[in-house]
Amino acid sequence: MSLTSGIESAPTRSVTAASRTALGALILRDLVVLRKSMGEFVLRTLIQPFLLCFVFLFVFPKIGQAIGGSRGRGAGDFATVLVPGVVGISVMFQGVQSIALTMAQEFGYTREIEDRVQAPCPIWLVAMAKVLSGATQGLIAAVIVFPIAAVIHAGGVRANLSLHWLIILTLLPIACVAMAGLGLTLGTSFEPRNIGLMFGFVILPITFLGGTYYPWTQLAPVKIGGFHWLQTLVLINPLVYVNEGMRAAFTDSPHMHLYVIYPVMMGFGGFFITLGLRNFRRRVLS
Amino acid sequence: MDHQVRAGESDDIIRTVDLVKQYPGMDGRALDGLNLAVRRGEIFGLLGPNGAGKTTFAGVLTTRVVPTSGSAFIAGIDVARHPALVKQISGIVSQQNTLDRQLNVRENLYFHGRLFGIAAKESRRRADELLERFSLAKWAEQSVYALSGGMAQRLMVARAIFHNPAVLFLDEPTAGLDPQSRLALWDLLGQLNQAGQTVMLTTHYMEEADQLCDRVAILDRGQVLALDTPENLKKLVGADTLVNVKVADQAERFATVVDAGLEGVVATRVNGNSLTIETRGADRLVPRIVALAEASKIDVLDLSVAQPSLETVFINLTGKELRES
Repeated sequence: MSLTSGIESAPTRSVTAASRTALGALILRDLVVLRKSMGEFVLRTLIQPFLLCFVFLFVFPKIGQAIGGSRGRGAGDFATVLVPGVVGISVMFQGVQSIALTMAQEFGYTREIEDRVQAPCPIWLVAMAKVLSGATQGLIAAVIVFPIAAVIHAGGVRANLSLHWLIILTLLPIACVAMAGLGLTLGTSFEPRNIGLMFGFVILPITFLGGTYYPWTQLAPVKIGGFHWLQTLVLINPLVYVNEGMRAAFTDSPHMHLYVIYPVMMGFGGFFITLGLRNFRRRVLS
Repeated sequence: MDHQVRAGESDDIIRTVDLVKQYPGMDGRALDGLNLAVRRGEIFGLLGPNGAGKTTFAGVLTTRVVPTSGSAFIAGIDVARHPALVKQISGIVSQQNTLDRQLNVRENLYFHGRLFGIAAKESRRRADELLERFSLAKWAEQSVYALSGGMAQRLMVARAIFHNPAVLFLDEPTAGLDPQSRLALWDLLGQLNQAGQTVMLTTHYMEEADQLCDRVAILDRGQVLALDTPENLKKLVGADTLVNVKVADQAERFATVVDAGLEGVVATRVNGNSLTIETRGADRLVPRIVALAEASKIDVLDLSVAQPSLETVFINLTGKELRES
């Protein structure tokens, strides 16, 4: 048995061919790791939706806490608002967790990225593979999170859902890729030691001002003079479009126009991925 | 394409032409017009102190550092122009542990194979073969966290040669390894080289360069000061014996005394209260030096005799110590 059977003295495959197999292997690796830690993945995906549904759809109605606002809506209406929001926020958290946190770690103390970028393909493809497997994880998260709202609620609280499959099948993948892009941008922008800052100053505002707990269409009453400042300001928040899109996909409630949601979400996706790939390249090369 | 014409044209697997790297915002060049060639099948060492440019040089060859000017070729392929192509034939062992923590020991090898386009079955077979060969088979199913430093290093070498690279790069491979693991790694690299593997390593351990390498380039401030076999480099010194003398004081005066009174002195060097005397063809050195010290009333605290080493070569070339101690 020889140690070095057939040392290559020149590349045997074209960059395109080598890149294709490398991309496949990078994604395969991520999926194998996902399968190995499926239990952990499900738990970490479900914990936030579970708590949101438990507090807002079970505890609040039980103790008579007002959540319908002054318009006299009931808990059922709030459930209708919350369920799509919970799916949206789960998709976003997958992007952050599966890419931003992993990447911060791999750039940081494990240095694994050093090895990954030696794959025989262009460097950007290594980051792109992460985006694709992150988006896949977002899809899986959406699928396992959606039913939870059907389970966790007090008696009599029922979300008014109706599934618009065409929108679900087209919008959900776009949302997952865009949020994976967000994860890539965050993971490559923040030094590993500043991850706490990222949560405090980026993730938290995105979550709370992302229309998870309220529909964007109903923000109009928050205004100074005639200026609906909050409704205008949150338009820079990509999560707003994801959540409004989920509202369009899973309910018949009013939502932002789809012809706004689709292009803007694709725009955000393109923007984040471009920025993320540029950052990635900068971090890897000197 | 030019790289296809160049491939196979010469026996040099690595060649650099006027390689310059200037990091933005840094004084001085990390690489200052580096020209060198590594031959197929040799173990080539880059020896130099920290900051000499070794890691930058290895970085250029492993496509991670973009040269400011000049070019580097591996198997005739321009590294900066065709990085993805060059990576197909490079194997890299970095200074830090870069094993995939999410995968077990066997999977670390298996997925590396897949990454380099080796089919599933063949990749599994080769992973097992390498685990066996590198005495890691027992640990195949273990988490990489379970490996000691030396074993992790072995696994990284196994991973790096998995795809039969034309060149194996190692950056300070034995930094942080215990002496036993270091010897084991030298042995392993020797065996790989016997089997035809070209190896390029950076090191600041002169013993490593001396014992392991066929040829050594001594680097300082981004330039090659000398490049030859360790034996020839040591001949550059011009001395066959070194005597280190530690005196209580007046080292400078003793140097002049020795220069004048000792036969066969090639050079003397004073460093604080220590004096290094380089001699050639001299015998009975110790009694003669002690006698000279006695005669000039200089108190000798310690005295040792050694062969010239690469460190001596380095000191002679740069006027400074290789390691700050």
